[in-house]
Amino acid sequence: MILNLSESSQSIVKVIRCIVCPTGCEIQAKKNPKGQISFEGYTCERGLEYAEQEFYEPKRILTTTMRVENGLLPLIPVRSDKPILKDKLKDVLKEIAKIKIKAPIQMGDVLIENILELGANVIASRNLIKIS
Amino acid sequence: MKQYNADVIVIGSGAAGLAAAIEVKKANLSVLVIERDKELGGITLQCIHNGFGLKEFEEELTGPEYIQRFINQIKELEIPYILNTMVIEISNDKKLYAVNNEDGLIEIKAKAIILAMGCRERTRGAINIPGFRPAGIYTAGQAQRFVNIEGYLPGNTFVILGSGDIGMIMARRLTWEGCKVKAVVEILPYVSGLLRNQVQCLEDYDIPLITSYTVTKIHGRDRVKGVTISKVDRNFDRIIGSDKFIECDTLLLSVGLIPENELTLNAGAELSKNGGPVVDNNLETTIAGIFTCGNVLQVHDLVDLVSAEAKRAGQNAVEYVKNRYDKKSSKKEIIKCLSGENVNYVKPDRINKRDLSKDIIFTLRVNYPDRRVLIQLKDNNNNLIYKRKKIYVIPSEMVELIVNLEKNGIDPKCKSINIEVIPRPEVLIEEE
Ligand SMILES: Cc1cc2nc3c(=O)[nH]c(=O)nc-3n(C[C@H](O)[C@H](O)[C@H](O)COP(=O)(O)OP(=O)(O)OC[C@H]3O[C@@H](n4cnc5c(N)ncnc54)[C@H](O)[C@@H]3O)c2cc1C
Repeated sequence: MILNLSESSQSIVKVIRCIVCPTGCEIQAKKNPKGQISFEGYTCERGLEYAEQEFYEPKRILTTTMRVENGLLPLIPVRSDKPILKDKLKDVLKEIAKIKIKAPIQMGDVLIENILELGANVIASRNLIKIS
Repeated sequence: MKQYNADVIVIGSGAAGLAAAIEVKKANLSVLVIERDKELGGITLQCIHNGFGLKEFEEELTGPEYIQRFINQIKELEIPYILNTMVIEISNDKKLYAVNNEDGLIEIKAKAIILAMGCRERTRGAINIPGFRPAGIYTAGQAQRFVNIEGYLPGNTFVILGSGDIGMIMARRLTWEGCKVKAVVEILPYVSGLLRNQVQCLEDYDIPLITSYTVTKIHGRDRVKGVTISKVDRNFDRIIGSDKFIECDTLLLSVGLIPENELTLNAGAELSKNGGPVVDNNLETTIAGIFTCGNVLQVHDLVDLVSAEAKRAGQNAVEYVKNRYDKKSSKKEIIKCLSGENVNYVKPDRINKRDLSKDIIFTLRVNYPDRRVLIQLKDNNNNLIYKRKKIYVIPSEMVELIVNLEKNGIDPKCKSINIEVIPRPEVLIEEE
């Protein structure tokens, strides 16, 4: 009985849908009364790793465009060279929107270094030639 | 009239066309790429998200990065190409006609042709929807081009019809650009794109995914003012009384892609029921010396598979020019490949009997999702040739099988093979 009670007092704090493979397990992050977190519902180690990352520190690669002066196109596609904290993506997008860069540009060129001190650079995703 | 000559002409410079051209050049034949757009690269140029190249380069790249690597190779190998030029006709002696602004009509002579024209977006979803035709209705790919290449937003508040990958990726992209995506509406009872996109493009931003619903009315006269969505039953018939109004100024349609095959028909090649050309195991169409690869053959979800298919098309075109071009075409003996239970289509459509000892790459799509299935190949006398288990199949993910038919004991006298995706018998027993 006591065991049951303590089990039921574990509350679900987050449900994470695993994207590691198409099976798509629903992994529950649970908290016991002492505040300890445990995970349930994963069916492989990679799933558990994914759930832990998603729970404690969700991150994403950001892909967007940046405005360009005198390029063949008015925009250049760019991305972060490392994943960025999910809840900082908006701020990063705003920062990128402020900037206009000059063509020519080479794929891999660092366009913004260590953006917002988040440890990732914004790099160009393609070459873009200059037009006169 | 300006004239060009090459052993092999490649029409289209997307992932397919470029990989094919590189193979031809590496075999020391002359090749020319013709592209109607103003630069090389095709559709991947506008797919700025990541998720490309895991198989080909073992790295996760964006679309532009993926294609840039091929463009760099084209330049290194000094492969000639002409831009802003659209091929408009293929005559039966493999002469091509193309047009551009500078030269007008151009004539091109080739020994072999590789068709790599890609696909276009369906708009059928829109045609059936009642209402006026106000401004503010686009396909998802058009919107992607506006936002990612041309640099303007097609609207402020969006409803997206269709939960394919392009639609979901655009939902996130528009959200990032400050637009509001009210809902992604899907007529099927399940999402049609990848789970990863459902999670990272919709759920991350709390964009509602409304399944078993479709758009039944577009409101607004000059500009879209909103849409009515309605629940549908199993036969996709609207359920009376289920209507809901959603206010928006733009409707995006992401209701599927179809291979772009006007030229293929014009060349006299047969098409199959998936909309792409009928091909044999060498990716040769029903016209000797005309090969095809990429989205014009079958809509692909992974660019890596496009590149691999295109390499084969290139190599086979080389083989044709070197060994078969001058010879009188001998009649080919073939085995037909047929789509059985839960198979929407399968490529190739036919296998040359002289190639039975080679590994054959089959690609197929299922009609509906299923779990724990068996993929089976049987001949027309119901003899089992090959089977493979698969945990999960879904229409949006192409299935690839590599089978050596001879090693699997195919009867070389059979006329056809049937491919089916069926529930595993042992699973049925387990669950009883
Ligand atoms: C929106 C979208 C998102 C995608 N996302 C992913 C992803 O995340 N990961 C992944 O791996 N794959 C993805 N794919 C799939 C993959 O990118 C495509 O399958 C692949 O790039 C198709 O290449 P292709 O060369 O067959 O066609 P395309 O790239 O479309 O190239 C066809 C070319 O032919 C030209 N052309 C057509 N007709 C003519 C003519 N008559 N004369 C001259 N030129 C002509 C066109 O202008 C075009 O440049 C995505 C596809 C789309 C559409």
